Amino acid sequence: MSAGQLPRWVDYVLIPFLNLAAAFLVSGLVVILIGENPLDAVKILLWGSLGYAEGFGFTLFYATNFIFTGLAVAVAFHAGLFNIGGEGQAYVGGLGVAIACLALDRYVPWYVTLPFAIAGSAIAGAAWAFIPAWLQARRGSHVVITTIMFNYISFSLMVYLLNNALKKPGSMQPETRTFEDGGRIPFLNDLFPSLGFGYAPVNLSLVVALAACVLVWLLIWRTKLGYEIRSFGANATAAVYAGISPVRIIVVTMLISGGLAGMMAINEIMGSQHRLLIDFVTGYGFVGIAVALMGRAHPVGIVLASILFGMLYQGGAELSFEMPNITRDMIIVIQGLVILFAGALEHMFRPAIIRLFTPARALRAKEA
Amino acid sequence: MFETIILILDSTIRVSTPLLLACLAGLYSERSGVVDIGLEGKMLGAAFGAGAVAYLTASAWLGLLAGIGVSVALGLLHGFASITNRGNQIVSGVAINFLAAGLTALLGQTWFREGGRTPALPEGGRFSEIVWPLAAEIRDIPVLGPIYSELLSGHKILVYAAFLAVPLTWWVLFRSRFGLRLRAVGENPAAVDTAGISVTWLRYRAVILCGVLCGFAGSYLSVAAGSGFGVNMTAGQGFMALAALIFAKWKPFNAMFACLLFGFLDAAGTRLQGVSFPVIGEVPLQVFQALPYVLTVVLLAGFIGKAIPPKASGIPYLKERS
Amino acid sequence: MSDTPAIELRRINKSFGPVQANKDIDLVVKKGSIHGIIGENGAGKSTLMSILYGFYHADDGDILVNGKKVTISDSKAAIGMGIGMVHQHFMLVDNFSVLENVVLGAEDSALLSGSLGRARVELKRLEEEYELRVDPDALIQDLPVGLQQRVEILKALYRNAEVLILDEPTGVLTPAEADHLFKILEVLKGEGKTVLLITHKLREIMKATDTVSVMRRGEMVATRETAKTSMEELAELMVGRSVLLRVDKTPAEPKAPVMEVENLTVTDSRGVQVVKDVSFSVRAGEIVGIAGVSGNGQSELLETLAGIRRATKGSLKINGETIDLGTSTLDAADMRAKNMGHVPEDRHRMGLINSFSEYENSILGYHRDPAYSKGLLMDLGAIKKNAVAEIEKYDIRPPNPMLKTANFSGGNQQKIVLAREIERDPEVLLVGQPTRGVDIGAIEFIHRRIVELRDAGKGILLVSVELDEIRALSDRVLVMFDGRIVGERGADAEEGELGLLMAGVEDNRNAAKGVAL
Repeated sequence: MSAGQLPRWVDYVLIPFLNLAAAFLVSGLVVILIGENPLDAVKILLWGSLGYAEGFGFTLFYATNFIFTGLAVAVAFHAGLFNIGGEGQAYVGGLGVAIACLALDRYVPWYVTLPFAIAGSAIAGAAWAFIPAWLQARRGSHVVITTIMFNYISFSLMVYLLNNALKKPGSMQPETRTFEDGGRIPFLNDLFPSLGFGYAPVNLSLVVALAACVLVWLLIWRTKLGYEIRSFGANATAAVYAGISPVRIIVVTMLISGGLAGMMAINEIMGSQHRLLIDFVTGYGFVGIAVALMGRAHPVGIVLASILFGMLYQGGAELSFEMPNITRDMIIVIQGLVILFAGALEHMFRPAIIRLFTPARALRAKEA
Repeated sequence: MFETIILILDSTIRVSTPLLLACLAGLYSERSGVVDIGLEGKMLGAAFGAGAVAYLTASAWLGLLAGIGVSVALGLLHGFASITNRGNQIVSGVAINFLAAGLTALLGQTWFREGGRTPALPEGGRFSEIVWPLAAEIRDIPVLGPIYSELLSGHKILVYAAFLAVPLTWWVLFRSRFGLRLRAVGENPAAVDTAGISVTWLRYRAVILCGVLCGFAGSYLSVAAGSGFGVNMTAGQGFMALAALIFAKWKPFNAMFACLLFGFLDAAGTRLQGVSFPVIGEVPLQVFQALPYVLTVVLLAGFIGKAIPPKASGIPYLKERS
Repeated sequence: MSDTPAIELRRINKSFGPVQANKDIDLVVKKGSIHGIIGENGAGKSTLMSILYGFYHADDGDILVNGKKVTISDSKAAIGMGIGMVHQHFMLVDNFSVLENVVLGAEDSALLSGSLGRARVELKRLEEEYELRVDPDALIQDLPVGLQQRVEILKALYRNAEVLILDEPTGVLTPAEADHLFKILEVLKGEGKTVLLITHKLREIMKATDTVSVMRRGEMVATRETAKTSMEELAELMVGRSVLLRVDKTPAEPKAPVMEVENLTVTDSRGVQVVKDVSFSVRAGEIVGIAGVSGNGQSELLETLAGIRRATKGSLKINGETIDLGTSTLDAADMRAKNMGHVPEDRHRMGLINSFSEYENSILGYHRDPAYSKGLLMDLGAIKKNAVAEIEKYDIRPPNPMLKTANFSGGNQQKIVLAREIERDPEVLLVGQPTRGVDIGAIEFIHRRIVELRDAGKGILLVSVELDEIRALSDRVLVMFDGRIVGERGADAEEGELGLLMAGVEDNRNAAKGVAL
């Protein structure tokens, strides 16, 4: 059952499609279970997320978050690592953003603050990924478990900071003061009112996210480091043969991954909330896992998967108005099913597909 | 002062119970070579199942049974993905956590319309405290009194069950044929296979046992400790149980101490919030909250001795072509 | 001794995909005898035994146990029929005790306490009867390998095995332990047990067996009574009179050494010394071939020289510098920088990344070369151009650099690796099993390229289990056995002579000279 046995399109398109179809089919069954019509639900979802400009704006806003966290998980995947710490890395990334904004927002315009915020979020996120990375590389401690632990530690850390050092003076809320203009990224609606995004918080971070996609693509497929990352992930023994250092790759990859996750905070904190607050990550780090699996760890796939999940979040909000039975938790169920079918069960359909394709191939092989 | 200590210890026991049950659950699974980070999801699913059925039938015992049923179902799903499909066990665990989180809140809202929780349990739907004989009389005896009547007596039956499960698990693992084979399959499945025993069936049994114990853990939360299911009521305890398991180096009695330790930190943290220590001053609650996780990382880094998991942990078994 | 054979195999066939591991195997094993099965690696011995033990199912053919035709569906069934196996890689649980390992799977009740108690008594009896003494409460991981093996044997005996299969049992034993093992086999024979001894070592066959069957390339080529044959005859049968590959080459004109290895010792992760105090040199313009059956340290030697494995001690002189291998932290990239190329033994595990395309594989190990970069990015144009040039020069088919190497045939895959390493113009080239799984046409091509490189004044270290290849290509032949260089011969050495050295028979020449190797 080698890679060469099935045609490329089967591997890249058919099987992922089947996995997704299975996930959505089961989701449909769940919808029926709670007594609603899945087809109606889909209609509302599509309309709510794509049918009108403001809804689409929200979809894009969520998608921006998922692009960052999805890229984070994807980069790690290429090295064969599973970074589940995106949630914590994004959270701590917010710290980097807040520091940049709180320091500069009164003195300079947003486009001067932005590079610092990007740097801050990336460095903070990377720093949060560093210890798990180093422990895996040097001491073999499983990166999955350490990153989960660091997620929890980040919750404690941020709650503490937001209740003490960073708190807005005179307030009971665990959050920083609101940023001035110098710490706010313009909403797309302010820049291009004709697009009609209305109150949707979609902002210029989307451009940063797309730029990140391009950079990640270049990194993974066009640079020497990317070549080494992919080699290590595909065949660690061959990588050692090629003189690639496992320790270096593990650490560097996790740093990049953490940095990307941290950058999600730009969209939320500098682009929407305009202050640092508790639990702004609300599970987006975990969605990144589903997005990366669904998008096959490729930036194009990730953008598409992010938009899909953005549609689920926005459409889901719409849905919870029209069909109150289908709460936002439905999205979490879909997320779980996507991870299940595109991840854990990704080879479930292979034997059947191979049987479908084999008779013709076996005949041709015998003739050759 | 003594009263405070007793109260903290009393609280510790109650907080440790679900951790301990989930920890023992993970122990069976991981000892057989199947990594399970879905303890959280199974606990949550069980809590929901128990809360729902206990409400509907006004019977805590039926609720417990339902909770176990849900947890075992999720466990079999994990088994199907990990054992039969030889899939990535971590990914499978992550998926199950999401499924449980989503489905419990969703179904909770659909069926009970209270924002995702189940309604408060009626009489009989909740386990009651078991008061040991003469508890009221002995209470006033200095030192021994409170220990007997507050610390030992007056817990729910599941608490006692959890602590009894520790020597029971020890016995099953180290004194029974099943336990010998279970431990073997987690270290060297090929050795078990060549001895003519089915690796698959052994691992499935481990996964089922894991489901049963998670069922107890989750049910405890909704029909013993609390009164009904609340959204995300496990709040990460499944992961703490995992941390405790690693900290305990996969041994039953160590697991008990690890869970008690983590429970103690939680209980103490709540009590000591706002209390001023000499030199350090006030220790933030978050320090206590983060401590179990920090300890686990330190352990994983190999600084508190080596945490060596079962050798075949996480590796799907494939007959090798020599 | 009754006439019914303990084991009889008739026309056993077994294939794994396109590879036929066993072809029309017939075998008769007399009860109460010690029957050896000898052959090189890949001859099909282990597969055959796995079928007998129920691990695999034969595609075709019959198995008879004690004269009765049987189906061995799994290991449990095999055990039930009295067949026990002592595996080459022990099937033991390291952190269990000896007693627990023996009892695993054969416990007579659900409660261990009773089972263990009864098993302890039985184990003691077996230990006494077969002189296989070992402490029942010792943990496997604390026992030396020789004692661990005893546990494997006890496991089989505890399950009332009448037929014992031992798969390459002496690979991890010291000579003294091996001798003791043979004594044990005699005891077993005395008790009426039948023993199947699988090995590639001639000496053991001659010493321990009553009858011997020779396997080669999946077929059973001959059966002899040990007393009536000789090591020379067996060596010939084992290695085969295949068509001698002739490579046209002019005599070598070696110059100064380009690589000198001194006192190299390598220890594996289990603490076993796999390369023992090896010293040799390779000169410019010569091919030094290392002959030997797989598993005698050649792989580890190659990996160590290539920078992939750490040595325990030794020194390497290359590129004008001397490196202390015992303390060196140089990795494969560093060795490449010293003008050393490496064609690894296993192209699938190490030499290629089969999910990558051909052009991506063409730079594996050399991806940091400035010639392939354009600023921060890789210069795909230059890489592809280079790949196309190599494809043309080495006649790699299909000539498509974008195709995943998984889709190339074995021969073409090997050519890709070879092209990559040779075109870098290394001073020293390490080559392992260059034609394993390669078709005839490509074999010739690859051999010619290697000779060309040698004629260009480079030094080549060639490791191969194919004796023909070694003899055809090498200017000098070193034979490795049990981690040591046990003999050196010229290119014109007799096949039989090399076969004997490879099988561990002491070098007569040196013995006569009184030189200890």
